[in-house]
Amino acid sequence: MVTGKCSAGFWPALGACRDGALLSKQAQIFPNDGSMHGLANPARFLRLARVLTGPFLIAGIALTLASLAWGLLGAPAERLQGESVRILFVHVPTAWLGMGGWSAIAIASLTELVWRHPLAGIAARAVALPGACFALLCLITGSLWGRPAWGTWWVWDGRLTSMLVLFFLYCAYLALADAANRDGESGSRLPAIFGLVGAVNIPIIHYSVLWWNSLHQPPSISMGKSEMAPAFLYGLLASTVGFSLIFGAVVLMRMRAILADAQAEARLRRRAMESADV
Amino acid sequence: MSGPVKAKHQRLVLVLIALAALIGAGLLAAWSLRSQASFFYLPAEMAANPPQPDRAVRLGGMVEAGSLKTDADGVTIRFVVGDGKSRVPVMFKGIVPDLFKEGSGVVAEGKRAADGTFLADNLLAKHDEKYVPREMKDMTAAQARQTVEKTK
Repeated sequence: MVTGKCSAGFWPALGACRDGALLSKQAQIFPNDGSMHGLANPARFLRLARVLTGPFLIAGIALTLASLAWGLLGAPAERLQGESVRILFVHVPTAWLGMGGWSAIAIASLTELVWRHPLAGIAARAVALPGACFALLCLITGSLWGRPAWGTWWVWDGRLTSMLVLFFLYCAYLALADAANRDGESGSRLPAIFGLVGAVNIPIIHYSVLWWNSLHQPPSISMGKSEMAPAFLYGLLASTVGFSLIFGAVVLMRMRAILADAQAEARLRRRAMESADV
Repeated sequence: MSGPVKAKHQRLVLVLIALAALIGAGLLAAWSLRSQASFFYLPAEMAANPPQPDRAVRLGGMVEAGSLKTDADGVTIRFVVGDGKSRVPVMFKGIVPDLFKEGSGVVAEGKRAADGTFLADNLLAKHDEKYVPREMKDMTAAQARQTVEKTK
């Protein structure tokens, strides 16, 4: 049995009990001065995350289902592609979120390297898995779309290849972050550097269809200009918001799980030390 | 107080320099790949630098309107791929993708014969970035906008 004052509740007790030493130590280094370090206090972040996770997930699932229903039933057939255009409402949001995920990893990595924000590394680790899933979903739906539209499941053109590279980068990041985590706090810098280096691929994915001849068409939406009819555009924007909310909810859940893991580990270590003392 | 702030600034500058170098390296690599990373030759590029007759290459461009002809055997088709500057006649025997149409994009995989004809053994359809509902395909942009306004 854990000491009395800590068993009252897992999360509210974070700040009060000694288990939180590992986490609240960081909060003392970064006192709440009204800047972004206000969230550096994990207890404060966890309170916010716990409130936001549910609404994000429910709103995300509802919006995604509604926009996919529109995509399947409401949206018109496209002049060239016919019915196969409906996969657009899954393919494009997953592609954007696959790229957005790595952009988030890059920003978190920068924050980790420069400001040593205690939650940055955790956020990057939390983003990596849903990012990898979305990149894979993008590749799978793109392949399913390519067969009827282009006449092939896969070609090695610039866009497809750079997107596959992004998926491999996610896999490498997941392995690296996992290994670094086992090495303890000192190892969090390596994945951060890898996260920044890998960000080079993001503009390459975007410009691959502009720099090089490719089978994939150039972007339909750029800088406020859209080559998409409103029936496709608004459905696409809605499904993008829906998928983004789900992505955000998963990231919050994973950050909470990673923090809980760290706390459980700290608790086990402390108890092992205590029993050694006796 | 000034100690940690200084270290923070130093790290920021170092990381930014590293990032600039990284982006520069990425751009250089992309620039040097500009011809190798292309998926196909445009007709003008093929005219300027004809590939060896036995080398498998890809040719991409627009199927010229009115150029598509089917041979007497019913499965061999001939058409012209153009890019506004140059035109290459293409011959293909087989099943074409659904989106293969005159006035639309195509990527042909095959070899360039000595007489300049491109002998394709596979065709890929390349569509543009426009997404237009079927009912609106013959309308001009202004008409389409009107229709959308009406149905709102």
